[in-house]
Amino acid sequence: MTTLAVSLSAFGRPEFWIGVGILVAIYAILTLGLQLNIGYTGIYNFGQVGFMAIGAYAMAILVVEAGWSFWLALPGATLVAVAFAVLLGLPTLRLRTHYFAIATIAFAEIVRYVAQNADGLTGGSQGMLGFEITWQTIAASLQDQLGLAPQLSLVPLLIVAWVTLAVLFAVLLALGRSPWGRMLRAVREDEDAVRALGKNAYAYKLQSFAVAGAVGAVSGYLLALYLSFLSPEAFLASVTFISFAMLIVGGLGSFPGVVLGAVIVQVVLEGTRYLQLPLTDFQVASLRYILIGLILILVMALRPQGILGRREEMVLGG
Amino acid sequence: MRYRAVAMGLAAAVALVLVGGVGGVAQATVNGLTSGAIFALGAVGLSLVYGSLRLINFAHGDFLTFGAYAAFLANVTLGLPLVTAALVALAATGLVSVGMELGMWRPMRARGAGALQLILMAIGLAFVVRYSIAFVAGPQPRRLEVDVTSSYGFLGGLRIGQTELWVTLIAFAVLAGVVVLLRSSRLGKQMRALSDDLDLAETTGVDTGRVILVIWAFAGVLAGLAGVLYASALGSFDPNVGFIILLSLFAAVILGGMGSAYGALLGGLTIGLVQEWSTLLIDGRWKLVIGFAVLVVVLTLRPEGFFGSRRRV
Repeated sequence: MTTLAVSLSAFGRPEFWIGVGILVAIYAILTLGLQLNIGYTGIYNFGQVGFMAIGAYAMAILVVEAGWSFWLALPGATLVAVAFAVLLGLPTLRLRTHYFAIATIAFAEIVRYVAQNADGLTGGSQGMLGFEITWQTIAASLQDQLGLAPQLSLVPLLIVAWVTLAVLFAVLLALGRSPWGRMLRAVREDEDAVRALGKNAYAYKLQSFAVAGAVGAVSGYLLALYLSFLSPEAFLASVTFISFAMLIVGGLGSFPGVVLGAVIVQVVLEGTRYLQLPLTDFQVASLRYILIGLILILVMALRPQGILGRREEMVLGG
Repeated sequence: MRYRAVAMGLAAAVALVLVGGVGGVAQATVNGLTSGAIFALGAVGLSLVYGSLRLINFAHGDFLTFGAYAAFLANVTLGLPLVTAALVALAATGLVSVGMELGMWRPMRARGAGALQLILMAIGLAFVVRYSIAFVAGPQPRRLEVDVTSSYGFLGGLRIGQTELWVTLIAFAVLAGVVVLLRSSRLGKQMRALSDDLDLAETTGVDTGRVILVIWAFAGVLAGLAGVLYASALGSFDPNVGFIILLSLFAAVILGGMGSAYGALLGGLTIGLVQEWSTLLIDGRWKLVIGFAVLVVVLTLRPEGFFGSRRRV
């Protein structure tokens, strides 16, 4: 007879919550891009993790192999992700949104396969190291200045991740309320009407996708700094779908919903780590994904608008 | 346009023969027909479901996984003969597929669910199916009781594994049956009609609710079969097998024209052949990327595929 219990001591450790906090910020940033595409523009980007991977690997490759400074590599990696978004969007955004969904998920898998197999460039399954030396120096001095204990070495990254999230959140919120954001919504509601007004709906979709790519890249290099080791396993298609769960829990069309959804889903997922059940680690990992699946099904079936979204935003779209 | 395509095809064929030799190309063709026939079986149901319900069933690949593991349960755990186990797996996959229509898809459609709602539910279902299998069966590779070592030589130098030969023969026999069913039977015609235009089929008096059930049963059984055959041909499989195939199935469905059953058959065979031929030119581990590359090229040049109609893309 085993009892279901949660070891509360684990939750009491600050390192645990710092790690959760960093992941929440990284996922929330990734999901901001999805919100712009899906909630605002109505284009089904199912390959957001691809941009995360491109951001992370491009930054690492520019630093380690091309010898760029860390500070140049960050905007460089963002531009690489934007270039990929434009290249992928050009042929596929003219088609029905279903084709775009399939093309984007295929794109994200190609990126992962390339990361896995182009050993010379990405280190393949061996992974990549040594891209975060500049960051480590900054983090160490920040830790000194704040007078943090050694086990709190991730606090600087936590701060940077949340500041980045706050900045991107504010930018996207402003963009969403700008005339540009209103055009995106108009494209989502009725593309033909937008065309009839003489506006180029295709260009707006492409711009939305490119911005999501840039935002995805930012989440990618934050993840790289958190892991300090890059391997293709970090960029499975399931990352996009976890991000989707966060998007719909928070609510479609709501940027605050993205942060709320990221907090809720990540805390639920991390919570399963501390279930004291007679299960193998692999079974617990499987359970986490079953949970994500159930969240997706149940939210869509029972409350498609999520917590902060509006119902009309969900039922629309053909 | 057409001449250019033919010329490009010929140039590619010449390049393949120059690099791989006639024998190499023939062997790759044999291998490609095996995987292509399996892709074709998997792609038909995916395409019919998309055509009739406008649902991209992301869980379809995991139905292949379900078929493979159901066969494993019956064959290895319970010790049934492989053929019996395969039939059990087909029936089980068909039942789950129909059960999901009755329990989830039909009620959601009745409530006027939007396209995004349905796609995300399909993704949720894919996760539940795949990771429930993983939870129960574990991560270790599994193997059906098939002979993976004996092989036959034929036509001077070509080889095919004994299991692969059976898999290929069964797949092609079933594919032929599927074509006959879709062409000649009333139900087959109704399925294609629904997939082409559900509203039109409904106004001409087709019992759409019933035909949709049949489409799910058909898609489920064929996915189960494709899963069992793929698991047999591959030798060993794990819970991710279906998701990996799903991307080739998507490529097949788009290549054939989304919603077209015949297109999916041809698309599946083409993707299988192109993937194997590509191994003559580049390392085999890039095979899957070739499938995606075909997908992106088709979306760029001819998004309606072989058999789709322009008005839909």
